[in-house]
Amino acid sequence: MIYLELFWSFIQIGLFSIGGGYAAMPLIQNQVVDIHPWLTMAQFADIMTIAEMTPGPIAINSATFVGIQVAGLPGAIIATLGCVFPSCVIVMTLAFIYYRFRGLTVVQGILAGLRPAVIAMIASAGISLLIMAVYGQRSLPADLTGVNIPAAAIFLTAFIVLRKWKPGPLWVMAGSGVAGVLLYSVF
Amino acid sequence: MEKINTGEARVLVKELKNNKYSQLFLSVFKLSACTFGGGFVIIPLMRKRFVEELGWIEEKEMLDLTAIAQSSPGAIAVNASILVGYHVAGIPGALLTVVGTVLPPLIIISVISLFYQAFRDNAIVGMAMSGMLCGVAAVIFDVVLNMAKTVFRQKRILPIAVMLGVFTAVRFFSANIILVILICGVIGAADTCWRRKAAIGSESPSNKSCSREKGHDTK
Repeated sequence: MIYLELFWSFIQIGLFSIGGGYAAMPLIQNQVVDIHPWLTMAQFADIMTIAEMTPGPIAINSATFVGIQVAGLPGAIIATLGCVFPSCVIVMTLAFIYYRFRGLTVVQGILAGLRPAVIAMIASAGISLLIMAVYGQRSLPADLTGVNIPAAAIFLTAFIVLRKWKPGPLWVMAGSGVAGVLLYSVF
Repeated sequence: MEKINTGEARVLVKELKNNKYSQLFLSVFKLSACTFGGGFVIIPLMRKRFVEELGWIEEKEMLDLTAIAQSSPGAIAVNASILVGYHVAGIPGALLTVVGTVLPPLIIISVISLFYQAFRDNAIVGMAMSGMLCGVAAVIFDVVLNMAKTVFRQKRILPIAVMLGVFTAVRFFSANIILVILICGVIGAADTCWRRKAAIGSESPSNKSCSREKGHDTK
């Protein structure tokens, strides 16, 4: 039953992506590329790119995209529902506790403990995307010299610009897109 | 009886505009539709709308709600919306704001998915997407570096060890991600409880050692 599988996968993504922003990325990759054959790594890289360009949380964007690819519009709605279901239950419970007791020390302790782990996982997923960008395949090839030079150049430039001038991510994305069109039509 | 004349209809529209629920829904819908980059971006926008413009939430309460939204699993934008909805109109309000937050990305991505194949096969779009993927990778590395810096700044061995350990486990041994998260959550809770106990111990007059002296040094 594909709908149930989608729902369950995105419940896990919603439940375990703690820390916001990119924290969902490694979990999505794990569920939709590694565990289920729903997306290829190239498609996953695409949806991360689309998610970065469009409004809305990464997890919701991916839920909709994966749902539609796998089971059409009903799939998209079910995946999205699965994604927000844990939030609804947990956040409302915490809100209730908060208004009762006005303290969340243990919750914040758990969060503090998770933070380094989440950073490490985002780093790992980021490396997967970078390998996809510069080698065009999932894992590192045996021969590391086959780097896509324009891709590596765009990555390095974007990274240096980000570190130095701290522009918004949207500008970096737009710049990298334009650079991609220019460089790839020349080389 | 069933007929509604124009005057009544006008009142109905006016009521709808002033209705708490429709205002709540429209506010989060608009915020969600305009929030690029997700996560923390939506918090200041929400504060502006619900604290400054509508006056539904107090400044300090918004800070607490933000802390809950960040400590809970799931997308921060969704969590923050749930909290605002719950605060303003209870559970129905929360459900309404969830739908309002989720609809814009659901619609936008559905439309993009329809054209995805044709879109992806276009040569120029393909080049732009390849370029942008490099941009995404750069943005992620930038975020990771900034976040890792805050961990190193704490100058505590445990978080740094957890970070390096998790990276090795996930990157090189394909460890089960959910298991890793559960273990690290337990470590974090235990560490916090232990440190709180230690802090309380050193506060008591009988053994005011490290934490107090450190306080003197900085002053």
